[in-house]
Amino acid sequence: MTTASSADHPTRRDFLFVATGAAAAVGGAATLWPFVSQMNPDASTIAAGAPIEVDLTPIAEGQDIKVFWRGKPIYISHRTKKQIDEARSVPVSSLPDPQTDQARVKPGHDQWLVVVGICTHLGCIPIAHEGNYDGFFCPCHGSQYDTSGRIRQGPAPTNLAVPPYQFVSDSKIQIG
Amino acid sequence: MSGPSDYQPSNPVLKWIERRLPIIGLVHSSFVAYPTPRNLNYWWTFGAILSLMLALQIVTGVVLAMHYTPEATMAFKSVESIVRDVNYGWLLRNMHAAGASMFFFAVYIHMFRGLYYGSYKEPREILWILGVIIYLLMMATGFMGYVLPWGQMSFWGATVITNLFSAIPYVGESIVTLLWGGYAVGNPTLNRFFSLHYLLPFVIAGVVVLHVWALHVAGQNNPAGVEPKTAKDTVAFTPYATIKDLFGVSCFLLFFAWFIFYMPNYLGDPENYIPANPGVTPAHIVPEWYYLPFYAILRSIPNKLAGVIAMFSAILILAFLPWLDTAKTKSSKYRPLAKQFFWIFVVVCVLLGWLGGKPPEGIYVIAGRILTFSYFAYFLIVLPLLSRIETPRPVPNSIADDVLAKTGSKATPMVSTVIALMVAGALFAGSAQNARAEQQEVPPSQKWSFAGPFGKFDRGSLQRGLKVYKEVCSACHGLSYIAFRNLADPGGPGYSTAQAAAFASDYKVKDGPNDQGEMFERPGRPADYFPSPFPNEQAARVANGGALPPDLSLIAKARSYERGFPQFVIDFFTQFQEQGPNYVDALLQGYEEKPPAGVSLPEGSYYNKYFPGHAIKMPKPLNDGQVTFDDGSPATVAQYAKDVTTFLMWAAEPHMEARKRLGLQVFVFLILFAGLMYFTKKKVWAEAH
Repeated sequence: MTTASSADHPTRRDFLFVATGAAAAVGGAATLWPFVSQMNPDASTIAAGAPIEVDLTPIAEGQDIKVFWRGKPIYISHRTKKQIDEARSVPVSSLPDPQTDQARVKPGHDQWLVVVGICTHLGCIPIAHEGNYDGFFCPCHGSQYDTSGRIRQGPAPTNLAVPPYQFVSDSKIQIG
Repeated sequence: MSGPSDYQPSNPVLKWIERRLPIIGLVHSSFVAYPTPRNLNYWWTFGAILSLMLALQIVTGVVLAMHYTPEATMAFKSVESIVRDVNYGWLLRNMHAAGASMFFFAVYIHMFRGLYYGSYKEPREILWILGVIIYLLMMATGFMGYVLPWGQMSFWGATVITNLFSAIPYVGESIVTLLWGGYAVGNPTLNRFFSLHYLLPFVIAGVVVLHVWALHVAGQNNPAGVEPKTAKDTVAFTPYATIKDLFGVSCFLLFFAWFIFYMPNYLGDPENYIPANPGVTPAHIVPEWYYLPFYAILRSIPNKLAGVIAMFSAILILAFLPWLDTAKTKSSKYRPLAKQFFWIFVVVCVLLGWLGGKPPEGIYVIAGRILTFSYFAYFLIVLPLLSRIETPRPVPNSIADDVLAKTGSKATPMVSTVIALMVAGALFAGSAQNARAEQQEVPPSQKWSFAGPFGKFDRGSLQRGLKVYKEVCSACHGLSYIAFRNLADPGGPGYSTAQAAAFASDYKVKDGPNDQGEMFERPGRPADYFPSPFPNEQAARVANGGALPPDLSLIAKARSYERGFPQFVIDFFTQFQEQGPNYVDALLQGYEEKPPAGVSLPEGSYYNKYFPGHAIKMPKPLNDGQVTFDDGSPATVAQYAKDVTTFLMWAAEPHMEARKRLGLQVFVFLILFAGLMYFTKKKVWAEAH
């Protein structure tokens, strides 16, 4: 490109080039969006992730069940008095991820622990009623959770997550 | 790619890289400093357009493969869920499907350009042969891609095309079995076609690299057909060719976007919206438009083996072109006779394409034979003969002379050829439509609120149509691709999420097994799909006198009728896409108490004016007063038909409103962008003249 003509009409010429370049950039970015957006869950996956209801009556004290919601295992434990006491007698400040047991269950439903059964370390599924704390033990890298699903020992950084849920009645919960 | 680069980076990091891997120098010498003849016209931008199309097909294809299931019972449904559920899935699918047609459209222009300007002549023979190889690979890829949606045309196209190989003596049948992986086209065939359809584009990309390499060794041909002699004959690839190519690309994108956003089904076959059925062959097997000329050649030879040989020879003969046409003058501009024969050849090809879409009967067979002869005569008689007897006009001394000789008078032939080519393309496309349904009564064209570039569904009509479907049609017809949640989707009947949930809970849906291992019924949820009235095909047939009531999810796109010439050409410009709705609406109202005199109906059939063959197994479904509307709309058959058709059109394409809305935005942008590109190109080139 010569410099002579750009010296003649520097502004008009530069404006055209900048405008064309900008339009190309905007068009390119806009074109890119559908290719990124398509990676997100599609409408049927989102619809299938709707809340589910779980009947608690068949779960005896000291037992737990595993249900799936949005492809994740959810542990529902019917805790014994002993398990609840164990969870509540630990000084919160001594925990790696301090949280009271009360904050992890619904008031009035202390015996029900509902947690996402996915180890917060790297996503393996911990085994219930295993480990030193009668809670959950992750066989992958040895993380141990207590009867409230809180991390007590091992590489996992945080407590087992509590999914969004509510009691529809005393014996039924809705997860999601 | 043309010798060692003289590119010297000044940045120390680039210097470091360049000493170890001279890749920047390679790009610089190939796409920046590379000298390109200064007299190239816009026909030369199709190389860049094709590169873009290949890249776009690969990118959209890789993305579609993330959502597609190559399994015979799930493939059709997975394509529908791409279009219905995946974010922008409808856009990606339209891009890929229309993209295939655009790719072929561009490659045909590219090939005809090479033919006209003698781009296959010494020293570009290998360049040309690589191009023929790319074209063959494209045909294989396109064919296998068309099989993947596993509709009726996919299935029967696969059957017919693979059966071509059965013509080979002795080993034909074994080869066909080998291709199928079974005793008929089936799941193994689909699986391997998917695998190969994913592989071949990368093979094409590899051969394209060789093609560009060969191009950059021999240098580009040009309209004058004389090789560059001095620096005055050439300009640098960047910015001159780059900017010109980009302007060409932006114009091509406008054409492409017309199909993506406004005519997505214009080039497709409605038959392919019917899931593959190994028991029923469609009345007319028509390949995609880009194969039609060769299909016509195949059919015009009465002997099976000879037909297959002729078809493959028609493509392979292109590879021998450099030795069939031995004339010294490259460009047909300076060959008065070759020029005329070239255009005759173009017409022959277009006519062959048109014939390919016609049924092989009567006059079409004779015309097919004459045109097939003409096709081969061009290569085997005309070109070798012309090379010996034609006296060419003098060619310019140099490219620079050529540029000086014609300043100003070059735009007109280009424009007229573009128009001629577009008409020819439309003729091709339309000929595929032409082949369908001959003796059928043409349904009257209705006014649809969803027609045209700004079309929107009438919410009231959709809601009434849903009621008609629920109270009448759903007794026999499924709607299995529609979920209750869709009723609350934007661009649909306009219900709220709560209303859709309430609507769903009226239905009983089979679920399970429960903890006892038993199936149970529960109220429907938004995520559930409309339950089908019959548990399986056999039950449906028994209940309906042997006929299978089709699922209505796609019926508005799976039915069509012939529009005829020149109507289908006009349809391209007016965006007419409503054959399906017109047909469904007409069918619902087309019942007659008594068949016309002289027409006898089989037992259990009814006379319908618009049904192909007139004998329909479905009794008259709608009667006045059958359904009561809350909004006071008339309770007439005409109203029911219109509303339920509107509803079924939405069911067939739930994202139509989004498609047309995004289309408008894209067009505004592309027109502005093409305008900017035009002026930028002019500015850049102002210095070259």
